[in-house]
Amino acid sequence: MVKINGKELNVAGKTISEFLTTTNFDPKRIAVERNGDIVFKSQYGETLLQDGDIIEVVSFVGGG
Amino acid sequence: MNNDKLIIGGHEFNSRFILGSGKYSMKLIEAAVKDAGAEIITLAVRRANTKEQESILDYIPEGITLLPNTSGARNAEEAVRIARLARELGCGNFVKIEIMRDSKYLLPDNQETIKATDILANEGFVVMPYMYPDLNIARDLVNAGAASVMPLASPIGSNKGLATKEFIQILIDEIDLPIIVDAGIGRPSQACEAMEIGAAAIMANTALATAGDLPMMASAFKNAIEAGRKAYLAGLGRVLTRGASASDPLTGFLRD
Repeated sequence: MVKINGKELNVAGKTISEFLTTTNFDPKRIAVERNGDIVFKSQYGETLLQDGDIIEVVSFVGGG
Repeated sequence: MNNDKLIIGGHEFNSRFILGSGKYSMKLIEAAVKDAGAEIITLAVRRANTKEQESILDYIPEGITLLPNTSGARNAEEAVRIARLARELGCGNFVKIEIMRDSKYLLPDNQETIKATDILANEGFVVMPYMYPDLNIARDLVNAGAASVMPLASPIGSNKGLATKEFIQILIDEIDLPIIVDAGIGRPSQACEAMEIGAAAIMANTALATAGDLPMMASAFKNAIEAGRKAYLAGLGRVLTRGASASDPLTGFLRD
């Protein structure tokens, strides 16, 4: 299982690109962190999600 | 006045009003930016929500500098993480450091803010730390590579105005970076007062978000900030310690 934004998902073995196509995330408007490190957009296609990974997918929201 | 630029990390701005984007409809952002004459707008970084297809970036006019904050960070490490994610979102290298470990008063943690400033300035960010106004901390922030210093006027979101005026004045007098008053400014008159004493810019969010007419209040702040800046540049008239001083000639009265 992979923990993505706090939720356990059964996506181990997929690349980040493959995972993103199953979501409504707009790849141009998000940033991805894997186990505390940034995953650059150019690495989405080659980064395999592994069992136990903690992934954060973030975007901008209103703030002060 | 045309040559009176606000310079932050080598970037020049004409406007001295930094606009927040929190706590109001994204649909009002464009009008707020326009009526505020703002060139910088703050944003926060949060977990992406797939149900929320609207992106706030679609509502921000072209040419506006984005200033992501690190809100939600409780220490330097979390602030650094958020700043790196913000930069990866691809909208520049500005960051407003905001670190709080207290959820009641939302006061910034000055020590952790220095640590985060040091790390992020070394990574090439334009670092704008939000802080509790303290001269020693401000000096440490300068040494850590800050591009400006952002002291609070009163607690975030309180609209209480310049509660820390004396201490902000000390920063203005002693720190050789733009001092941008952030948090607590609730009225245009308070923004004007901060500018009169030499603040380089004002950051406001709640004052607008909780106003009756947001774009109109943005315009009122714009005018107040410009008035305060002009007054500062003009040099305020002196204040008598006691007594009075006639404005009219003390000769030629219509009497013998």
